Amino acid sequence: MPACHHWRGLELGRAEHGVSDMAALWLSRASTQLARRAARRLPAGRGSGEPTTSPWFLGAVPPPALGSTAAVETSRRRGFCSVRRFAGESSAAAATVVDEEPENGFVASDQQAVHFPGGKVSFVAEMNFLPDSMKERINCYRVLDDDGRTISGSRFQEVSKELAVKMYSEMVTLQIMDTIFYEAQRQGRISFYLTSNGEEAINIASAAALSMDDIVLPQYREPGVLLWRGFTLQEFANQCFGNKLDYGKGRQMPIHYGSNRLNYFTVSSPIATQLPHAVGAAYSLKMDKKDACAITYFGDGGTSEGDFHAALNFAAVMEAPVIFFCRNNGWAISTPTTEQFRSDGVVIRGQAYGIRGIRVDGNDALAVYSAVHAAREMAITEGRPILVEALTYRVGHHSTSDDSTKYRPVDEIEHWRTARDPISRYRKWVQGNDWWSDAEESELRSRVRKELLQAIQVAERMPKPPVADLFTDVYDKIPSNLCEQEQLLRDTIMKHPADYPTDVPV
Amino acid sequence: MAAAKALREVARTRRGSWAAVVGRRCLSSGSGGPAAERKEGGGGGAKAVNLFTAVNQALHIALDTDPRAFVFGEDVGFGGVFRCTTGLADRFGKNRVFNTPLCEQGIAGFAIGLAAMGNRAIAEIQFADYIFPAFDQIVNEAAKFRYRSGNEFNCGGLTIRTPYGAVGHGGHYHSQSPEAFFCHVPGLKVVIPRSPREAKGLLLASIRDPNPVVFFEPKWLYRLAVEEVPEEDYMLPLSEAEVIRKGSDITLIGWGAQLAVLKEACEDAAKDGVSCELIDLKTLIPWDKETVEASVKKTGKLLVSHEAPITGGFGAEIAASITERCFQRLEAPVARVCGLDTPFPLVYEPFYMPTKNKVLDAIKSTVNY
Repeated sequence: MPACHHWRGLELGRAEHGVSDMAALWLSRASTQLARRAARRLPAGRGSGEPTTSPWFLGAVPPPALGSTAAVETSRRRGFCSVRRFAGESSAAAATVVDEEPENGFVASDQQAVHFPGGKVSFVAEMNFLPDSMKERINCYRVLDDDGRTISGSRFQEVSKELAVKMYSEMVTLQIMDTIFYEAQRQGRISFYLTSNGEEAINIASAAALSMDDIVLPQYREPGVLLWRGFTLQEFANQCFGNKLDYGKGRQMPIHYGSNRLNYFTVSSPIATQLPHAVGAAYSLKMDKKDACAITYFGDGGTSEGDFHAALNFAAVMEAPVIFFCRNNGWAISTPTTEQFRSDGVVIRGQAYGIRGIRVDGNDALAVYSAVHAAREMAITEGRPILVEALTYRVGHHSTSDDSTKYRPVDEIEHWRTARDPISRYRKWVQGNDWWSDAEESELRSRVRKELLQAIQVAERMPKPPVADLFTDVYDKIPSNLCEQEQLLRDTIMKHPADYPTDVPV
Repeated sequence: MAAAKALREVARTRRGSWAAVVGRRCLSSGSGGPAAERKEGGGGGAKAVNLFTAVNQALHIALDTDPRAFVFGEDVGFGGVFRCTTGLADRFGKNRVFNTPLCEQGIAGFAIGLAAMGNRAIAEIQFADYIFPAFDQIVNEAAKFRYRSGNEFNCGGLTIRTPYGAVGHGGHYHSQSPEAFFCHVPGLKVVIPRSPREAKGLLLASIRDPNPVVFFEPKWLYRLAVEEVPEEDYMLPLSEAEVIRKGSDITLIGWGAQLAVLKEACEDAAKDGVSCELIDLKTLIPWDKETVEASVKKTGKLLVSHEAPITGGFGAEIAASITERCFQRLEAPVARVCGLDTPFPLVYEPFYMPTKNKVLDAIKSTVNY
């Protein structure tokens, strides 16, 4: 009970100082939030003029009183922070509220526990700091061993032959797409590219576990999710070439895909900004009582952004059905995770926000599929966020503007590219079920290659979007300043045509 | 920031004494307002209310007329620290009107996601001074959402309301006018009302505008400004400036709370025989150059005034644009009466502010140039 007086006392203490009518109004409303905040920030005055046993102290310690008491001495000897912090000075105002009903569920029912907002907290005699980490690292869920055999006793979501083969085919397609677009960039045909090599299982298996009504808020290394949803190779090529069929109208760099039809929000370059959006989108789905969730992807580096914290905390508080999918691939451009954070990876952080989570082998398609399948179910039926951390490796460079051999050993890359390759591991399992053959493999690879080369040729020949599209979509309608600027620009183009690219129609 | 927010309450207890000196009593009701776009079937009643009540009415109407509208932010559940959201949670429920964690980038980001799903996300940032953690979300995400996706997606249902400006005792972090930062961002609209009737009509228009809007509310006027506000649902047009006083010798332009100062300066100047034309810009981007241009072509002189620091303020943009358009008609350099290039100071607030007499002096020197 005395502890609650700390808060009540504080409120009255503020009121006593003669506040404006506006502030007085706040106080008369006795906002619990404001009181909580204030209590956290300001040193609390002693709640009761006549303290019995403060719940902040051990049961064995005599009641603290002002001045030199055993409690004070004991505490000082133990090196606690100042007893005055807890016992405080007496406050006349606070003394007047002894009989008021406690708020905030804050009741010290006995000397050994306190009912604090969020539940009962027990008091103990030992001074135990929480350790910085657990003795063992959080383990990692997997279904397939390195040779593509299911681990005995492993529990996973069944996949039909049809689904299994489709997943495999799309993983291969993504790999080929990366190889060919990367080459196209090297040949100077597109300005930029960024591969998903090594993360094909994450891309495809997570996508396969979702429904089309689920809303995807990607980072930029998840084109496989879009591929799974039905974005054609031609559509990918159109975006990378920024031609007039690019939905983004040539405004963003290659790989910034987006599709309203496929519920895949357009990629933006800033890191982790999509995470809070996903919470808002998920909240909307929940309000509409949709049988759908939002999923957002990000890397290990993204977890250092403020938006990661904002999103997880909001999602927990709002009980939003959103899956936070972290691709922990070890590298944020050249920064290894050891220089990114000191926690045991990412999944552990969910707990601090009150979010359920799982660590999964990101190179195991069946494990990723099963984990996301279960996460989706929980998110929607229980109305809660789920954090998934997939352990994987970025086998490619960060992008075509990067040479990762400058900051990481080549044999590390080789090890992950070969021994831990998610595609060959999954293929062994599919082929082990007699669902796939070498002949089908070579047919698939040559077909995809051919389709892609064709798509690139078409995309390359397709005209660029017109100059007019430079000015649309800034607002829903073109405002007068932009009309004026468009006219000026057109006059300039007429005067200095050589200054401007010839392939952008005027 | 946490400490700063705790201090807000302290700041509010120190209600400034110089407000009376400045004489910013209230924006009187009566004529001068534009004809509101009345919604069909709306009632004809009007009551004298203050600005926070007008905002509150607008929010009630916004939630009532659109089941996909949501109001949220820090402390909005109990009515908000400025009482703008009073009664909303009771009437519309906690699913649609709710507190958020204390995190501005989260509020903005959440609001963008909500808006992008076809909702009207009406987010409150408790003080404009605390909008900066949300700057990336507003500038890089909200403003570019439609453009970068080629109109595949938009977050046009987003409106961010935030109280701005001096209040007599707010010091560094309860006084700033950060509108110019947002005026440098294509894709946003920036709107600032000068009075209760304007606040209601412009806020409803902002909420229903299919573009993200940052709506700055002059917190000094929340209680001080009282005028007749139609009770029904009405909107006032965005990107339309308003000539609120006709004159022939000089054009004065401002927005928000500064209009009250300019209005008094106009009245005093009139006693000295100077006829001022006063324009409320209302929407800072995209702004109504034509109205300002027409006025300056008539008067030949322009004075711009705002509370934000003079350097890089939106007044500079107006001065440059009007100089371009009206160079041959200008009879004097464009005058700017603005805040000083210092952080917003507590004790020195009366020195910092673009006060009536500073404006009057600038009027005189411009007219006598």
